[in-house]
Amino acid sequence: MILFGYRVPMMASLVLWALVWEAVGQLDLVLMFPPLSAVLAALVELVPTPTFLDAAWITLRSFVLGMLLAIAVGVPMGILMGRVEAADRLLGMWVNLFVSAPLTALVPVIMILFGMGETTVIVTVFLFAVWIIALDARAGARGIPASLAEMARSFGASRAQFYWKIVLLAALPEILAGIRLGLIRGVKGVVIGQLLVAVIGIGALFELYSRNFLMERFWALALILFAFALILAELIERVERRVEYYAGVRNS
Amino acid sequence: MTAAVSRKPAPAAPAGEALVQVRGISKVYAGAVEALRDVTLDFEEGRLTSLLGPSGCGKTTLLKIIAGLIPATAGECLIAGRRVTGPGPERAFVFQDFALLPWATVLRNVGFGLELRGVPKAEREERAKHYVDMVGLAGFERKYPHELSGGMRQRVGLARALAVDAAVLLMDEPFSAVDEQTRRKFQEDLIRLRAVASKTFIFVTHSIEEAVYVSDRVVLLSPRPGRVADIIDLDLARDRDPDEIRRMPEYLDTVEAIWQGLRRYV
Repeated sequence: MILFGYRVPMMASLVLWALVWEAVGQLDLVLMFPPLSAVLAALVELVPTPTFLDAAWITLRSFVLGMLLAIAVGVPMGILMGRVEAADRLLGMWVNLFVSAPLTALVPVIMILFGMGETTVIVTVFLFAVWIIALDARAGARGIPASLAEMARSFGASRAQFYWKIVLLAALPEILAGIRLGLIRGVKGVVIGQLLVAVIGIGALFELYSRNFLMERFWALALILFAFALILAELIERVERRVEYYAGVRNS
Repeated sequence: MTAAVSRKPAPAAPAGEALVQVRGISKVYAGAVEALRDVTLDFEEGRLTSLLGPSGCGKTTLLKIIAGLIPATAGECLIAGRRVTGPGPERAFVFQDFALLPWATVLRNVGFGLELRGVPKAEREERAKHYVDMVGLAGFERKYPHELSGGMRQRVGLARALAVDAAVLLMDEPFSAVDEQTRRKFQEDLIRLRAVASKTFIFVTHSIEEAVYVSDRVVLLSPRPGRVADIIDLDLARDRDPDEIRRMPEYLDTVEAIWQGLRRYV
């Protein structure tokens, strides 16, 4: 980008922020923010430790299980809502309600139902992710051009063939977009779930570090999480790009 | 009004049996819009019959009822004596907006009708390849629809309809979404195609020239509600050079006569 007539690379804003952080830390301005260099040092030190690795493994496990559940439930539910009017009327209100509700507030309730362990976290991830996945799958299913549906019928497609060979593929760009958004929300869910449960995984570590003011480690953990979410989003976006060539031309 | 060229003595081919019969078909949409009223027609086997008329005359509705995609409000449609209750393997449809699978290659698209029937992959691809060649798309088997021009996409649609070996080919304004030059080429190709593929064609169009150019019989429909206004049998010697037909006086006279007849409905 061009700023004041000079070509500035996009990374420049990151570098600027890094410098500010470093300065703030070195000058000991705020207790919360140790210098970036110390955070990075803590990061390097932290990653190979069994504490971190165990926590990361538990977190990853809960996350993956919760996401798989969210996709397995969300996609069919969304497609059903998109193609069957009755389902849409029945479920639509709930999906719209939960997609923007502050689900964090529900986590204590989930804890009471499922206990103070991994199950709660999996359910939390599921609940955070499933609504947006369903909503986007619904949008994709509704957007199928009428002539494609007619074409399939005219060549004798059965219901099952119609859903597997046409609907799923035609809605794929939207489904993938929904999964990408669901993944981000799922990361939120796994951290919040663990934070509130506070006995396992990354959430527990966050609690530990913040309580003991081990801010270098706290921020190191935060950086890892942000990077994880970013990488996930980037990966899904790559898959989306391979599929989006037909998102714009589905009507011909 | 009869055309200048109907009923020449000793026709070159015998009059076909009525393969598709439409009896008293009516269609009312949403309780108020009467798209078709009491339409009774015969479509002869091996012939190309056009349904011609201005917008709102129900020609596409009639075609889709014959295809089994829309139910009629009254009346029935018979194919080889059997009632139409839905789509069937003896009818294939060519869509105005091509209706191709954008995520599939040309070869897969052409073979789609066969795929839905469970034809094994090797056989399916071989048959599809044959029809890809027939419509002049050899070499484009691995391309995707978004890489093709409009004319090429419609060729894929046509190949797909041919590949399922249906006896009746239903074409819904198949050439109206392409440019004029491509359209003319398509019309000529259709005449050539008919020489090799002995199918029954039912062709919907709003272009008078197109109807007279390609058809053996033109059915004129009048709008609001759709009814049969006239039936014109054409006998243009089509074994002649396709280019010559457009300059034949019989062709030009027929087009003009039809236009005069349709004017009052526009």
